[in-house]
Amino acid sequence: MKPLRIALAQLAPRLGLLDDNLARHREVLAEARAGGAGLVVFPELGLTGYQLQDLAAEVAMRVDDQRLLGLAAEAVGLSAIVSFVEEATDHRLFISAALLEDGAVRFVHRKLFLPTYGLFDERRFFAAGDTLRTVQSRLGVRLGLAVCEDFWHLAVPETLALDGAQILVNVSSSPGRDLAAIHEVGLGTATSWRTLMRTYAQLTTSFVVFCNRVGMDETISFWGGSEVIAPSGESLFTAPLFDEGLHYVDVELGDVRRERIGLPLLRDERPELHLRELRRILAERTEMAIAAASEAPEERSAPSTRAEPSTDELERS
Amino acid sequence: MASGTVSEPRGGEGADRLFELPPELAIDTDVARRVMVGFIRNQLRQAGFGRALLGLSGGIDSALVAFLAAEAVGPDNLLCVLMPYRTSSPASAYHAGLVVDRLGCARDLVDISSVVDGYFGRDGEPGGGGESALDAAPLRRGNFMARARMCVLYDRSVAWGGLVVGTGNKTEALIGYTTLFGDSACAFNPIGDLYKSQVRQVAAAVGVPEEIIRKPPSADLWPGQTDEIEAGFSYPELDRLLFWMIDKRRTDEELLGMGFPAGEIARVKRLVAVSEFKRQVPPVAKLGPRTTGVDYLYPRRRPGSAAR
Repeated sequence: MKPLRIALAQLAPRLGLLDDNLARHREVLAEARAGGAGLVVFPELGLTGYQLQDLAAEVAMRVDDQRLLGLAAEAVGLSAIVSFVEEATDHRLFISAALLEDGAVRFVHRKLFLPTYGLFDERRFFAAGDTLRTVQSRLGVRLGLAVCEDFWHLAVPETLALDGAQILVNVSSSPGRDLAAIHEVGLGTATSWRTLMRTYAQLTTSFVVFCNRVGMDETISFWGGSEVIAPSGESLFTAPLFDEGLHYVDVELGDVRRERIGLPLLRDERPELHLRELRRILAERTEMAIAAASEAPEERSAPSTRAEPSTDELERS
Repeated sequence: MASGTVSEPRGGEGADRLFELPPELAIDTDVARRVMVGFIRNQLRQAGFGRALLGLSGGIDSALVAFLAAEAVGPDNLLCVLMPYRTSSPASAYHAGLVVDRLGCARDLVDISSVVDGYFGRDGEPGGGGESALDAAPLRRGNFMARARMCVLYDRSVAWGGLVVGTGNKTEALIGYTTLFGDSACAFNPIGDLYKSQVRQVAAAVGVPEEIIRKPPSADLWPGQTDEIEAGFSYPELDRLLFWMIDKRRTDEELLGMGFPAGEIARVKRLVAVSEFKRQVPPVAKLGPRTTGVDYLYPRRRPGSAAR
């Protein structure tokens, strides 16, 4: 089987300059095609930049936007994953990643988890997606798409793998921070991400493709370090930190089968057990919430004003 | 310029140590340098400028920023402005000269004595500030000097066609040891998230002359002034406390358990709290449907925002 050549487009998008970024995507797409790539992966919000705030609505595109379709039309003979602000028909804005294939938008994943803490403020500007599906690619594999923070929730890689994904693709705009010297490559963020990606690849026995942007938006530096991890958890390629570049990585899709035969973790997953226990946990949480709600007034009120009379009082009445 | 190697933190024992670096504050200087140089380039590019300028005091903070800015835009595009007052330490001018000579960047010397004396008066002769300004306390004079320097920098920024690069560090910003609209005024600040100890670490890594790294930090607003005497703390000790208190969110009890004295914890907490206003844009009363900084939130630099 011919190896799949994955091209990681570790770009520095220009904030709010949709047309510039579209042009850059087209250039890179052409370059990757000439380089023999089967799949080109662009970073999260590569078409718009990340720190958009109120600009988000100004650079949003519907999935049938001519500019997006124009880019898709160039995805012929290779597949591309691009990311942009998607405006839904009801005008909610999503951070989306789209698979472009055969000249069309084949699939769209809307970012599920919007970090709104620390330096992040995504929930203020965006709506969270609510479906998690894999997609059969023309490449002969099922792809699972995720956007940045989606990978900080265990259920995402697990669900994608159970749904048949053989390649998990995470597109990111991960801000570099925590420069303590104790960290691998001097960046706390990089250490955490690398740990996650190796773990997910190994536990799901899938390829993990991570494309993280570089450059700066306002005060934030994005650290790059895009990677491809084999189903064994072994890192096949790590891009340099902070530098723009188009990097090719050849992967043997047969490695997925080999790994899953040798290490049948996915076969041994117990989704029914997981589901049962999740149902129980949710039920208990609901009960806890109900109990908390009914206990609360009692805690606040004096003993003489109990909501229900005691047995004693009932007997006397 | 020094090569991009990571300098070994020289915080240990030994008579030749260049500075004291608490181990928890040690950073990867290569990464820090990379980010800060990129930040300077990016800020200038997005604003449509290719040149930068800064006030060079002879101290470590502005020396480090000068090295970073020279790397970012090239020495030809950097202007260092020396702005002594007549009582400023001659060592300050000497150290500033060292930096300029090392970098080969442009230098401007502006003596602010006549501006400052023109307001406060001199030798019993009142200035524009009137009779009462003659006995102004050092704090007032120091603040005025810092703001006079800001005026000079922003004027020179037009003549030079560049943006003013900030030189304040995180320690002084957190405890409020800055003059509002004075030394803290700038277009952007590459070192504002580095504690003083980290400034020293990066300065050593990028090749700031050792004598600048070694000398006691001073605002040099009056003769003999040093930060550490004025604040009553040593920087390594203050940096450690701020790091655990702010970056690592430790409670007072936890800080006590780590060995920080109760009095020091209380004092630093107070300094941080009372200087909150210095770190923020002045508030605007909310009246209209969309108010800047409240619900009109745009990136500072965005399409169309470049000056040219």
